[in-house]
Amino acid sequence: MSTETKTIFSPALAARFDRMVTLYPVRRSALVPMLLYAQDEVGSLSDEVISEVAQRVGVTELDVRNVLSYYSLLRTHPVGKYHVQVCTNISCMLRGGNELLEHCKKRLGVGHKETTPDKLFSLEEVECIGACSWAPAVQVNYDFHENLTPETMDKVLADYKART
Amino acid sequence: MAYLVSHPDEVKLLSFRFGQGATNIDKYLELDGYTAARKAIAMGPEAIIAEMKASNLRGRGGAGFPTGLKWSFVPKQSAKPKYILVNGDESEPGTCKDRLIFEHDPHSVIEGVIIAGLSIGAKMGFIYLRGEYRYLLKIMEKAIDDAYAKGFLGKNIFGSGIDFEVISHTGAGAYEVGEESALMESLEGKRGIPRIRPPFPAVVGLYGGPTVINNAETLATVPHIFRIGGAEYAKIGSERNGGTRLFCLSGNVAKAGVYELPMGYNLKKMIYEVGGGIPNGRSLKAVVPGGSSTPVLLPSEIDIGMDFDQVGKAGSMLGSGGVVVLDDSNCIVEFALRTIKFYQHESCGWCIPCREGTDWLKKTLTRFHAGGGVAKDIDNIRYLAQNMLGRTFCPLGDAAAMPTIAFVNKFRQEFEDHLEGRPCPYAKHPEAALAHA
Repeated sequence: MSTETKTIFSPALAARFDRMVTLYPVRRSALVPMLLYAQDEVGSLSDEVISEVAQRVGVTELDVRNVLSYYSLLRTHPVGKYHVQVCTNISCMLRGGNELLEHCKKRLGVGHKETTPDKLFSLEEVECIGACSWAPAVQVNYDFHENLTPETMDKVLADYKART
Repeated sequence: MAYLVSHPDEVKLLSFRFGQGATNIDKYLELDGYTAARKAIAMGPEAIIAEMKASNLRGRGGAGFPTGLKWSFVPKQSAKPKYILVNGDESEPGTCKDRLIFEHDPHSVIEGVIIAGLSIGAKMGFIYLRGEYRYLLKIMEKAIDDAYAKGFLGKNIFGSGIDFEVISHTGAGAYEVGEESALMESLEGKRGIPRIRPPFPAVVGLYGGPTVINNAETLATVPHIFRIGGAEYAKIGSERNGGTRLFCLSGNVAKAGVYELPMGYNLKKMIYEVGGGIPNGRSLKAVVPGGSSTPVLLPSEIDIGMDFDQVGKAGSMLGSGGVVVLDDSNCIVEFALRTIKFYQHESCGWCIPCREGTDWLKKTLTRFHAGGGVAKDIDNIRYLAQNMLGRTFCPLGDAAAMPTIAFVNKFRQEFEDHLEGRPCPYAKHPEAALAHA
């Protein structure tokens, strides 16, 4: 699929995808990154995204669904504008990760894998994000926030809220 | 941003460029960058592998396999192209070292890939980063572009007549993909289901071609071996354990952080001197020495050198270098449950002992921690875990079983203290742990 063909992605992303499939020895290798980048732009892996990615990579839509269901970052339903991912794995747990998660639940008024009614925030308890020596840690979208306390967490959330 | 720390006992070899702006290729060149790759080109494949063997470098991903030996397994002649694959899917709980390398010294990884490629005659390398490390992917993409612009990658690298391509690649959230065969599946655009071996990747790997898969820290170390010489590198570490490694101190320790220490550095000293000991007037209860999959050590067991052989002799594993410290306010049952909950979540379900074993262990430990345990559960937990060992395609099953067995064996009393509806003696609120059980 070239950029002249009808695409649901922005011209920049479509061009990037055109190039990506040529980089690897097989087109299919571009599948996982392509899904993640598509999700970043569209918000979730909708039927339309899956259909176009399948065509670009040269596999069936079923193949795409089979692959995407394996990866924890990939999702078929949208999340909040700011997706708050709280790590509660061992290193974070030892330094208050569970308490931080409970605090976020209370502050945002939502539970694990839920989104606030204004669609601004969603919350997810996640596994180790590689911030063990700077625990407890949270990722909001792709941004790391580390050495957190309930108080500094409030500030992080307030900063995101102020951005809108 | 991962914060940098420092301690006088550190030997800053791998980390000497950290904090100096070496993401900039000119700065990297100023700091002795890409000299190792030039040297390796002049040496040729056999001398490269001999140098690697002399260094006693062992894989930093966890298994500790000698890197030079691994490279030597790749057949010289191959009908299919050969590949280098960098494992930057850093996901073992307690491990956060590769992040620092990608953030502060991305060119050292590229240089390591080039040298590995030269040693086996590969023409292409892939740098796979976990999906959560997006800011690092951007740093790596820029570093690769800059290396191409300088002629260090692409056609005729360093004017040697050799071609070598490198591309970066992102995962999308999967611990299991850190296992080498699952990593190859993922890079081929599939679910990260492990492959059965043999054939080993050195013979049949990525796209069916011979492939060397190394941890990011392993490859970032390679240029330093060529800078100072393999024999010199070996001298820094302990017997059969060359050099330094990045140890990630986390948990209940005063100065948590990532420290570069010689292989064989004493664990007790690492916790009490480098890490500043246990804060808040607490005392040490246990140490997980090499990431969540490694069997727990008691305070009486930590007067050991941190290398693959000595930690192995103590009944655990050096693993990924993630040293997780627990103080005496923690409940081991809760800790065991959180550990197993992770492996249950990450099990791909391909091998039944792992899929069912992790699930039953999670269920039993959840019930146990909530006060619903019965006496025979304790042996059942151990029996279940024992039956997972060695019965799966990839080591995820072992990674779940080994720590569980150690928790039960070494802290049996604590399991018994939870029996007959008694609340957790450490008053650890089970609701958080139970929430998604």
